[in-house]
Amino acid sequence: MTAADENLGEMLARRGFGRRGLLKFAIAMTSSLALPPGMAVAMADNLAAAKRQSVIWLSFQECTGCLETLLRTDSPTIAALIFDFISLDYQEALMAAAGGAAERTLRQAVAANRGKYLLAIDGSVPLADGGVYSLTGGKSNVSMLQEFAPDAAAILAIGTCAAYGGIPKAHPNPTGAVGVEDVITDKPIVNIPGCPPIPDVLSGVLVHFVSFGRLPALDDRKRPLAYFGTTIHDQCYRKPFYDQGKFAKSFDDEGARQGWCLFELGCKGPTTHNACASLKWNDNTSFPIESGHGCLGCSEPDFWDQEGGFYTSLAGGTGPGWRDAGIAAATGIVLGSAAAISARRNAPKGTTET
Amino acid sequence: MTLLSFARGPGMQVASLIFIAGMFWRLFGIFLLRRRVAHAAARHPFPIRLLGGAVTIFTRTIPRRTFWPRVGAGVALSYVFHVGLFIILFGGAPHILIIHEIFGLSWPGLPRGVIVIASGITLAALILLLVRRLTHPVLRLLSKPDDYISWAIVFLPVATGILLSGETIASYGTLLALHILSIEALMIWLPFGKLMHVSLVFAGRFVLGYNFSRKGAAT
Repeated sequence: MTAADENLGEMLARRGFGRRGLLKFAIAMTSSLALPPGMAVAMADNLAAAKRQSVIWLSFQECTGCLETLLRTDSPTIAALIFDFISLDYQEALMAAAGGAAERTLRQAVAANRGKYLLAIDGSVPLADGGVYSLTGGKSNVSMLQEFAPDAAAILAIGTCAAYGGIPKAHPNPTGAVGVEDVITDKPIVNIPGCPPIPDVLSGVLVHFVSFGRLPALDDRKRPLAYFGTTIHDQCYRKPFYDQGKFAKSFDDEGARQGWCLFELGCKGPTTHNACASLKWNDNTSFPIESGHGCLGCSEPDFWDQEGGFYTSLAGGTGPGWRDAGIAAATGIVLGSAAAISARRNAPKGTTET
Repeated sequence: MTLLSFARGPGMQVASLIFIAGMFWRLFGIFLLRRRVAHAAARHPFPIRLLGGAVTIFTRTIPRRTFWPRVGAGVALSYVFHVGLFIILFGGAPHILIIHEIFGLSWPGLPRGVIVIASGITLAALILLLVRRLTHPVLRLLSKPDDYISWAIVFLPVATGILLSGETIASYGTLLALHILSIEALMIWLPFGKLMHVSLVFAGRFVLGYNFSRKGAAT
């Protein structure tokens, strides 16, 4: 039996994972995906019988951080093996082939899995000047996306750049960067935003697709509802301090040492939908707020251009500067004085100033 | 640009500039008005007249006992929502934060639960006052659009604030945007409607008391 014919159950058995391990994983995944517990057995059975899922991964205007974080797993968990199990047919940074050979691989993978492959995209799509700001093999990202999207079963927009344009889209956006959903509107798209995104979310989406043949439930921004249904703030272990009105005023004050809420230091947790506070990072070790820094809101659209920047609290914003305020005050004084003088001129005779 | 970005950026800037210009316009327009000359001799010397003005600021805070049966309920409700607004504005941690960002002043905030209770009581008082205004024949006759707009402009920030604290009907971001926008509406309306009493109430009482004292009337 070739590797291509092997199903996931056989591959896991070969790596030392039995059915019990797969069941445990399925239970954890159904919980993570907010599915009914009873579906764990069906998921385990479907996963065991699943054949390799073809994934074609195109990297556009990106920093490779998304790919890096997805590759950095500390232990051979089943989730990591899911990544091994998928047939990553094209990924420029990982594949050995280059140049014409890589191009041929891509064409062959598309031809062999037409209508069935998942198209994974990381990086934004530059549209300005015909998309010349990001080319692969002389082809613009937008033309590649338009060429390979129609034959995909679904598109996974991995990272905030692919989902919403991300940092390349930050003002003044010289490359005209946009997210995948701004270019492709007639295909199922799953946005997995984050800078970088949480690996477990991608594995959850893959497991759901491989198990049930369809994408998980999405929210209005096309994000997996199970992972993006609540805000960082809702799940944050510092939320009780928010409720008590206890806030760190600076990064080295007593409040910061006591682990109080970072809202006043600009934490964007209340407006950021992601699973950092529950899934955490670095093998479930911690997440930014746990390390003493507020959430930057990196999984939200336009997070780089937030009013006031990263360290202005959500309660504040960008008010007028003192110069503009002075001009407004002067304008008010002139208008008020003019109104008073006009009233004086129109006043009835016999009245005098006191 | 999201609604929240607009509220925290251009919306806040425009509202602040209109608020500042409007406040100076109203205050200078009033200060520079012509006043009638008092031909009669003053009954009290200048220091006593100043004292009369100062005393009136406090004596007018509670209606005379004779009027209590008629106006007591309205006054009590008004005090409830004014005190509630004070607690919300100066006790809510995010509000203190804004004051700190603008003026550099800061003090400990109250727990969110206290602010939510104060908001609930304030909302209830505001609704009862509106009902009273709509059902009282004389009050309804005297009411103008300014009264209803001013009521709504005060009601909305408290209502969106209490919704925001519980994240009830929409996401935190949406509710925060609506809350900030409602405050910006208040800032824009304040100098031009009856809400201007925020800055005139004590000065008005002082002038009244000063003039009464000059004439020898009780303050």
